[in-house]
Amino acid sequence: MVRVKLWGSLRALADGEEWVEVEASNFKELLDALAEKHPGLAPQIKRGVSLALDGVIYREAWFTKIGPENEVILMPYMVGG
Amino acid sequence: MAFDAQAKRNFKVVGTRVTRPDGIDKVTGKAAYGADIAAPGMLYGRILRSPHAHARIVSIDTSAAEALAGVKAVVTGADLAQPDDEDFADVAINCLARDKVLYDGHAVAAVAAKSKSIAKQAIRLIKVDYEILPHVTDVDAAMQPDAPVVQEGRALETVPAGMSQNVTTHCQFGHGDLDAGFAKADKIIERSFKTAATHQGYIEPQACMASLGSDGRGEVWCCTQGQYMVRANCAAVLGVEESQLRITSSEIGGGFGGKTSTFIEPVALALSRKSGKPVKIVMTRDEVLKATGPTISSSMDIKIGMTKDGRITAARGELRYSGGAYPNGTVNMGAQAAFAAYDLEAVETVGWNAMTNRPKEIPYRAPGAPTAIYAVESVVDELCQELGLDPLDVRLMNAARKGTVSSYGPTFNDIGLVATLEAAKAHPHYTAPLGENQGRGLSCGFWFNFGGNTCVSLNINDDGTVGVVEGNPDIGGSRASISMMAAEELGVPYDKVRTVIADTSSLGFNDITDGSRVTFAVGLATIEAARAAIKEMCSRVAKIWDIDEDAVIWEDGCAKPAGPNAGTHPPMTLAEIAAIAGKTGGPIAGHHEVNADGAGVSFGVHLCDTEVDPETGATKILRYTVFQDAGKAVHPDYVEGQMQGGAVQGIGWALNEEYIYGEDGRLQNAGFLDYRVPVASDLPDIETVILEIPNPGHPYGVRGVGETPIVPPLAAISNAVSRAAGGRMTELPMSPPRLLKAMTG
Repeated sequence: MVRVKLWGSLRALADGEEWVEVEASNFKELLDALAEKHPGLAPQIKRGVSLALDGVIYREAWFTKIGPENEVILMPYMVGG
Repeated sequence: MAFDAQAKRNFKVVGTRVTRPDGIDKVTGKAAYGADIAAPGMLYGRILRSPHAHARIVSIDTSAAEALAGVKAVVTGADLAQPDDEDFADVAINCLARDKVLYDGHAVAAVAAKSKSIAKQAIRLIKVDYEILPHVTDVDAAMQPDAPVVQEGRALETVPAGMSQNVTTHCQFGHGDLDAGFAKADKIIERSFKTAATHQGYIEPQACMASLGSDGRGEVWCCTQGQYMVRANCAAVLGVEESQLRITSSEIGGGFGGKTSTFIEPVALALSRKSGKPVKIVMTRDEVLKATGPTISSSMDIKIGMTKDGRITAARGELRYSGGAYPNGTVNMGAQAAFAAYDLEAVETVGWNAMTNRPKEIPYRAPGAPTAIYAVESVVDELCQELGLDPLDVRLMNAARKGTVSSYGPTFNDIGLVATLEAAKAHPHYTAPLGENQGRGLSCGFWFNFGGNTCVSLNINDDGTVGVVEGNPDIGGSRASISMMAAEELGVPYDKVRTVIADTSSLGFNDITDGSRVTFAVGLATIEAARAAIKEMCSRVAKIWDIDEDAVIWEDGCAKPAGPNAGTHPPMTLAEIAAIAGKTGGPIAGHHEVNADGAGVSFGVHLCDTEVDPETGATKILRYTVFQDAGKAVHPDYVEGQMQGGAVQGIGWALNEEYIYGEDGRLQNAGFLDYRVPVASDLPDIETVILEIPNPGHPYGVRGVGETPIVPPLAAISNAVSRAAGGRMTELPMSPPRLLKAMTG
């Protein structure tokens, strides 16, 4: 199981949970599992999210390995100028 | 790709100040910018724009314009496709409005004619019948439940029910017990701030020339930060396949985020499709200011508690951003960045975006961060003043560092904030004496940086030179830095490498030049492409020497035998290997395609001395020093240029630049006479101090530097002015009338 932290405004769409546990071994599985467990998150996931893995921010790397030992933080999709 | 194991690498090219490859062309006028492109039979396009802030288009009569001699085509929104995708649909209706105009300057129709004067005359002949609607240009007013609605049904699912339909985005970040944190504070300050929208202020207006034939094949030459983005937008808006469009980016006269969208290219293509001729459109400065994207305007509330010895106990911010007439997520970035410089037990940032009748917001260096950090750093400075504390010591005491749980969630790895603050503290600027009406301001800044989709092709030429092909327009010196990294890796002199920017048909997809990504991500891909070419060259040499590939190493630009069974062979240079490539297996090249991650966040600290004139309210910048963790500075001149440029743009944002709207919702200052950007005579020499803390996510330790420098100036200058003026300033810009009013009550 992987614990993933949701940012605050997503929590209302995930039964008020700050940390959600899902079965996943990579970024894609995590997103799929989150959307299945909490369908309210699906629109945001479809629009795009970033993922911080042990402090390193990934934008779209589906097959990045994730394990229970990792700190996993869901973040909005990064944009820049 | 991780930082190279050879931690003590002695760089030979990287870190030097080589001659920039575009310098001579730019100073001699040879560089071809967007407006310099021409074609035989070319027509001139001109766009009719709305004179109203908000109105329904009842009808458009183009017959008189079409009948004018020399006019070859007229288009309206009906000539563009209506993409299903919301982002593409927004691009389409922003290029040419359909049912409503959403802001003063919104494009309504366009003509293509044989001359500029005929085109100008023709747009005056287009008759548009408008039904004027109520408008709103202020973010706080737009969030009121009874505010005029800019667009209906655009709110995301995170926006609570019952709010104005203008509110499209809501976000919240943070951790800890705020009530408990504020209860521990000896002093709490709450302040509200407002900042005006500012434009990126690039000198070169948007310009393009486009051709689209009846066979559906098209070409566009334009100034842009991303030719692949232009291709995607044009394909969606014109309803053609991407493979049929070839987009070539010109030399670019500034972007700063402002050229990360499209405004005129689809219009020029539509006019070309209708007329059968190439069409050129060059925006006027008035059009650039009215209709291309400025940054957000903001309204913010900040509350911070501090103990009497300087420890921040809790912090909360509420940000209300307006990104103009379309939804956008810039407030997400601002809300995440607001408190990123601090190690906080209790922090919360709440963000809202509201639509207003203003042009569509387009990113501006570190979008969302400068305003949020301006407000936060202003309150931190005021707390330091109230408690009699040194503002630099307080920031050091509270600074985020390795192991800090950031205000936006992740735990920081190695970051350079403390080192940057210590460099500022040790610098003579920090203790230099100040005179009457003078003040010193300080601010931290932060930006995320990112990598993204990148392709690089590196060709070993038969004369021993090297060509690098990459797909990101060079807005900050990337051709030099990419050539330098290729030269470093291959072991050849810098002047043996030339880097060019490919069109969309000549190289795989690349994300736009944004997010401070290019030196990091394209550099990373270039190093990998060079390593692929080296591997191939070593393989060729192994065959020549009839030894195992593993017995050939690459060192100082040569293949050399290595290991006990390699035998004795004279080294072969890259040029020697290249000269016989045809005989050893064919052309030698390396390429690399990646969606790069691991860009590494960046921190900066700015110090600013100002003098205020109590009689006029004018502010003079006396001294300005920028400290920034750049990772490995590939070309220090360019890094310093980014740091200086960010400071200067921030000076404009803080002191003079603002979008001023009248009661009628029309922009009052659409020109550089009334929208005042800093000029050289306004500025002192901007001093720079580069700190090189390697980014563990790049083989040379490179991290992005282009956006962080615009984050701290707003607060650094406001803090300096507030101290000089003897009162806290809470609104930007601090133009002379506004400052004079604050000083005289």
